[in-house]
Amino acid sequence: MTRKKPVSAILFFVLPFGLLFIAFYLAPIGYAIKQSLYKVTRTGTFGPAHEVFGGFEQYRRVFQNGPFWESVGRVLLFGVVQVPVMLGLALVLALLLDSGLVKGRAFFRLAFFVPYAVPGVVAAIMWGFLYSPNLSPFTAVTKTWDLLSADLVLWAMANVVTWVYVGYNMLIIYSALLAIPQEVYEAAKLDGAGPIRTAWSIKIPLVMPAIVLTTVFSIIGTLQLLAEPQVFRTFSSAVSSTYTPNLTVYSTSSIPNFNLAAAFSVVLALATCLLSFTFLKITQRGGEK
Amino acid sequence: MKSKSAAMAIMGICTLYFLVPIWWLFVGATKSRSDFGNTAPLWFAHFNLGSNLSELFHYRDGVFLRWMLNSILYTGGAALLGTVLAAMCGYALAKYNFPGREAIFNIVLGGVLVPATALALPLFLIFSQLNATNTFWSVFLPSLVNPFGVYLARIYATASVPDELLEAARLDGSGEVRTFFTVSTKLMFPALVTIFLFHFVAVWNNFLLPLIMLGNERLFPVTLGLYSWNTQVNQLPQLRMLVLTGALVSIIPLVVAFLFLQRFWRSGLGSGAVK
Repeated sequence: MTRKKPVSAILFFVLPFGLLFIAFYLAPIGYAIKQSLYKVTRTGTFGPAHEVFGGFEQYRRVFQNGPFWESVGRVLLFGVVQVPVMLGLALVLALLLDSGLVKGRAFFRLAFFVPYAVPGVVAAIMWGFLYSPNLSPFTAVTKTWDLLSADLVLWAMANVVTWVYVGYNMLIIYSALLAIPQEVYEAAKLDGAGPIRTAWSIKIPLVMPAIVLTTVFSIIGTLQLLAEPQVFRTFSSAVSSTYTPNLTVYSTSSIPNFNLAAAFSVVLALATCLLSFTFLKITQRGGEK
Repeated sequence: MKSKSAAMAIMGICTLYFLVPIWWLFVGATKSRSDFGNTAPLWFAHFNLGSNLSELFHYRDGVFLRWMLNSILYTGGAALLGTVLAAMCGYALAKYNFPGREAIFNIVLGGVLVPATALALPLFLIFSQLNATNTFWSVFLPSLVNPFGVYLARIYATASVPDELLEAARLDGSGEVRTFFTVSTKLMFPALVTIFLFHFVAVWNNFLLPLIMLGNERLFPVTLGLYSWNTQVNQLPQLRMLVLTGALVSIIPLVVAFLFLQRFWRSGLGSGAVK
């Protein structure tokens, strides 16, 4: 039986999402690229402003912008420390939940997941209070170390992000652990593998795709840091308006210098894609060995 | 035996780490302003939650309630509609062979890697050229698009909707669209709940888009509202208790959503990562 391809049905399924994707993903990206290639000139000091093609002038300014690259370095440092700590903790907790050593699994799973229900802004506000020396319940800590000082505020934010997302990442890894068929464990048991050996040689390799996925999301999240530093600006003078790349974009656009802000956005989006993509490629190559 | 107590100890310490801040927030929200500064931060003083809540909901003509409703509208609406749209697209990519299928899938997948914050600024510029910033739609419409949802929907549809069943439905004379809504969505249901929850959390947490788009505080979602109050705490110290109480209230809808939907989505969550 030959059947006509259901063209109208395919269009019905694909078009609504497709059109919105074009309007709110592709068009803004195209628009940002176009904006970034223009510059504003004025006739005289107070004359009317008009946009003219500026080639790569905005990008030249991006690459010469010291504070922007400092902020990039800052989030990279943040990511190099925070992402492994967060995912390591998530992995350990998922393995423990899966190990049979723990009673009350449903309770712990829920307890670790609750912070994920707290929006980033609200979490940052809460922890901002918890870090403030005169309000904190942990004055013993906050009197010894000023967690909102220039030296420590980055790690104070890392703690907020870790607190919110460990449970979420744990749940993704844990779900992947649950999907491993029982026969695999029986084979390992016959070979005389203990729980740690089983975790290291069987469970972790089998949940690697889940770990890769959570890592890519964490990389994207790190480069997007905005809500936490924006909130912490009200608690700490150490957080400048160019503290993270996204804050730089935001404050540049509110000056306003849209062309430069667009160039920042484009560079940032490219950097994020490149990092995530590189990570995916490296881990895929590792998996083929 | 030793490893069992070690495991429980780790679990216990982590539970404290995750729950003590929430406990502190709850206890704090039950105190009067003077008690908040002067009594033990982790235990109750005079129980003042009722009047804190009443102050929260009456402050500036009940703007906080408005923010909560806005958040629920933005988030619930965008997540519901966005899930349906993503499911339809992912389903078509999984179940029909048509030219351009892989190209569309790859472009959408690339969309997953584009940081949402990189889109917010150009979206603002486009909306301002259309004189549409500072409207409900300027935040709502962009929130509908969920490329990761399409990716998940394709994986789930491939795994859980058998071709034979679609063939059988066709022989019975059911149209493609009707088959999708009556048969396929049932099979994909746990996946749809997962996509919905991911989407819900993403929109609920989205901060930059409303921050850039909205000037009128009556349109704010609750996150932006609490943020704006928190920036005024230094000038208006009475706002501190409202920020704390409001933070507590703002957590409740998501906790309820998770509890309500967890039996559906736990089964589906891992599949996206494993495949």
